[in-house]
Amino acid sequence: MKKLLLSSIIVMIGFTFIGRLSYLQLFSFSPDQTLEDPAIKAIYDYPERGYVYDRNGELMVGNQPAYDVMFIPREVKPLDTLEFCNLLGIDKPAFIEKLRRARIYSPRLPSVLVPQLSKEDYARLQEKMRHYVGFYIQKRSLRYYTTNSAANVLGYISEVNERDLQNNPYYVAGELKGRTGIEKQYEEILRGRKGVKFIQKDRFNRDIGPYKSGKLDTLPEQGKEIHITLDKKLQEYGERLMNGKRGGIVAIDPKSGEILTMISGPTYDPALLVGRKRSKNYSKLHYDTISKPTWDRSILAEPSPGSPFKTMNALVALQEGVIDPSTKFRCYNGFYVGSQKKGCHCGGGVRDMNSGIYQSCNAYFAGTFRKIYEKYPTTDEGMDVWEKHMKSFGLGGYLGTDIPTGRPGRIPGKAFYDKWYGNGSWASSTIISNAIGQGEVAATPLQLANMTAAIANRGYFYTPHIIKKIGNTGAIDPKYTEPHQTTIDKEHFEPVIKGMANVYKYGTGRWVQIPGIEIAGKTGTVENFVRVNGERMQLTDHSVFVAFAPVENPKIALAVYIENGYYGSRYAGHIASLLIEKYIKGEITRKDLEKRMLEKTLEHEYAKPYSGEPFKINEYVW
Amino acid sequence: MSGKGLFGRIDWLTVFLYAFLVFIGWINIYSTTLSDPNASIFDFSTLYGKQLFFIGLALIGVVFVLFIETNFFERFASIFYIISMFLLLGLFVFGKTIAGATSWYDLGFFNLQPSELAKVATALALAKYLSDIQTDIKNRKHQLYALLIILLPALLILPQPDPGSSLIYFSLFFVLFREGFPLYYLGILLTIVILFATTLMFGTVWVAIGLVILTILIFIFKRKSTKIPILPLVGIIIASVLFSLSVRFVYDNVFEQRHRDRFALWLSLEKDEKKLEEIRKTIGYNTYQSEKAIESGGFFGKGFLEGTRTKGDFVPEQHTDYIFSSVGEEWGFMGTVTVILLFTFFFLRLIYIAERQKNDFSRMFGYGVISILLIHYFINIGMVIGLLPTIGVPLPFFSYGGSGLIFFTMLLFIFLKLDSNRLKDGI
Repeated sequence: MKKLLLSSIIVMIGFTFIGRLSYLQLFSFSPDQTLEDPAIKAIYDYPERGYVYDRNGELMVGNQPAYDVMFIPREVKPLDTLEFCNLLGIDKPAFIEKLRRARIYSPRLPSVLVPQLSKEDYARLQEKMRHYVGFYIQKRSLRYYTTNSAANVLGYISEVNERDLQNNPYYVAGELKGRTGIEKQYEEILRGRKGVKFIQKDRFNRDIGPYKSGKLDTLPEQGKEIHITLDKKLQEYGERLMNGKRGGIVAIDPKSGEILTMISGPTYDPALLVGRKRSKNYSKLHYDTISKPTWDRSILAEPSPGSPFKTMNALVALQEGVIDPSTKFRCYNGFYVGSQKKGCHCGGGVRDMNSGIYQSCNAYFAGTFRKIYEKYPTTDEGMDVWEKHMKSFGLGGYLGTDIPTGRPGRIPGKAFYDKWYGNGSWASSTIISNAIGQGEVAATPLQLANMTAAIANRGYFYTPHIIKKIGNTGAIDPKYTEPHQTTIDKEHFEPVIKGMANVYKYGTGRWVQIPGIEIAGKTGTVENFVRVNGERMQLTDHSVFVAFAPVENPKIALAVYIENGYYGSRYAGHIASLLIEKYIKGEITRKDLEKRMLEKTLEHEYAKPYSGEPFKINEYVW
Repeated sequence: MSGKGLFGRIDWLTVFLYAFLVFIGWINIYSTTLSDPNASIFDFSTLYGKQLFFIGLALIGVVFVLFIETNFFERFASIFYIISMFLLLGLFVFGKTIAGATSWYDLGFFNLQPSELAKVATALALAKYLSDIQTDIKNRKHQLYALLIILLPALLILPQPDPGSSLIYFSLFFVLFREGFPLYYLGILLTIVILFATTLMFGTVWVAIGLVILTILIFIFKRKSTKIPILPLVGIIIASVLFSLSVRFVYDNVFEQRHRDRFALWLSLEKDEKKLEEIRKTIGYNTYQSEKAIESGGFFGKGFLEGTRTKGDFVPEQHTDYIFSSVGEEWGFMGTVTVILLFTFFFLRLIYIAERQKNDFSRMFGYGVISILLIHYFINIGMVIGLLPTIGVPLPFFSYGGSGLIFFTMLLFIFLKLDSNRLKDGI
């Protein structure tokens, strides 16, 4: 025992040491620790963020210099806090709080004290900075906009937050990151890659030369410029037309799926979300819960599509062979569902497909819709077929665009009604409103525009997208250059398009014809309700219009949706017509029409439900 | 065997292990103290150059030791001891103060640390006293004398202040245990340490509960035949609980804050992240940096001269007490385990050699040598890898410093010299 005592102690010590070393060097060790190592300091070299051009090569987004006051917590030496805060224009508690948070984030990595100083502030501060050890000014570049339009499409960039830092090791505090729109979607392309230099430091934080002779250092990779499909002029013009109106507009080039314009009203100047006033302005926009300027109505609003949806039912009925273009239905200024009469404004009489479309006859489409169901033994089967056709147009689902937000709309199928009404307790009468685009169907303006583009192409569409060109040569994702076939055969489109063309010639859209351009379109007038303080009330109808032009060889397909704009050809029809003329002709010949749209606002309509007084809807006041 | 010369009789395996440890040590001193890669390794203005010079001095010392008559050490052991005690006393008057401790004589070209000399002398004196045929280890009075030999230098060194060196002398208890000093003293010592640590970590109540559970377990698992005396057992429990109660009092009232901080760090008592951060920056800075440096080495290490924390001089005192962290960073787990294994084999070899001595004095001195080297190794590496509180003792053969290297070498080679003579002793 006494002879073995010391030997066993020696062996035990050996095991204990090796155990502890295994814990330190094998278990706690993490291989990628260059940035964690206090002996290595990384100095970043930021490339300029890529520019954004419109489809015609016109600059939309560039850069401007800005200056951040940065600091490294552990290098901060005691200072005259009050004087420094006065100099920077911040208050002392906020300053101390920032220091505290930065220390928690990392005592060694730089944090931002005051972001994005103006040039004047920078000049004033620059000479005094040397009195404050541990603080320095870093130059960054901010976005600069050559347009005051397309704020939601372009999106904005902002400083990375703690969550971004955790989720993506690329980012370092103080860097900027795309938050919405194309800034978010094409973040990595626009951003490029920062270069980094590693410097070996000693424990007094003095540089003692490059780390590993600079072997790990990288050069910055320039951000690439991108060209987007928007037409800057058209976008700006559209936004001017939206003055005082709420709604969404999407125009697509049907031959490529390129989005020509994407407007949401009300909108805001993208420059508001740049610089020091960004967060103040953002709060103002974000908390405007009534007009919701940051809520992009062109891709997020999902109203019932209204009458433009009738064209879809016509196409499905033709494809299913339940009607032909000459099939007639009688309109009794309405139609009957069971014993209940539903109204129609077409004027009554016998309707075939052509006049059914251009007079927007509800009775005609209720009949057509019924025939689709009657073809199949059960409503369920008819429903499935109908749903399949609709979805082939990109309705009732995400389109897969390169816009980082969106809504799927709704094509109510069997599952939807089973859930809503309970299994089997619904019938074709329950769903008849879908015949005229008024029931449970819902679509975003983008989906309506895409649907119109598919009609314009007589049966196929390209996934709508915003990217045109990456860099000087860069190709875009091939999924945007492959056509998607709809389930409707080509020949069935002509009779429907004929009806749509007649909308302008004889029908609901004859007031907004454009001399010299043949347009096919369809008006829509959508009943809608709102709940204010728990009270459900009906508001003035939404004005909807879809159109494409020219009828032969279409260049533009668009959907315009104006909240509470009354009937289809009123606001939506006017705006659609002006946009088409602007895009195809480049100038407006109908100055009175233009003037009216630029001046008229719908603010009085939007104020009605909040007035607290009874109000009339659908008033005819120009 | 006896016909061979001195070089045939010396234990070359130990010499080889020694040389290897010194070599690895120097390599790491080179890496930690290198500032100009073009300077010669013989540049004596650099620390690694100086260490090379000390290695040379140590070799001269070795030659000196090997050619001295073997009896010399045994015969003059008492005189060495008395001289070194006077040298320790003399420090109170003539001592030179470095880093707050009055532990050195300034010899002009060299700072002599007499506590290093006293380690050799005490090991010799203890061996001499115990090997005397008149000494009986079972005799209480003789036990007391042996303890005095050990504790006198420890008490003289303590007020320098140098608690680390002072602690070293307690390792000589292993010599006593080997020679039949009752082992329950060791048991009591261990119990005290365990009670101290557990009380601070869990509090007296839990310690008491733990003791009761332990007692119950002993009763459940004891052999039927074994009788356990109830009364003394209860006495032990009560004594332990009383001790546990006093620990808290002593810790809060007698210890100073800096001591408390060290224990707080060692036993992970501090849970408040903010205060922990504070401790890491002050008293725990060395330990924290050294652990981080070792950890960052991983399995293979960063490579010779590639340790970023070593280069950046992040671990204070890295070339002296914290030299092992450089091994950890640059040579990784491979390097640290190699060093641990080398030391382990080195010590086991020394025990083997000690046990083969026919002469009691040689064996007892051998145990003294092993105990002193072992406790340095244990405390130093334990501290560097964060298992023990910060106690400043060098790592034998590794740490930068002349006194240390030379006296550790002398200690070892006096023993090897005695061993080389073991066959003659029998005659």
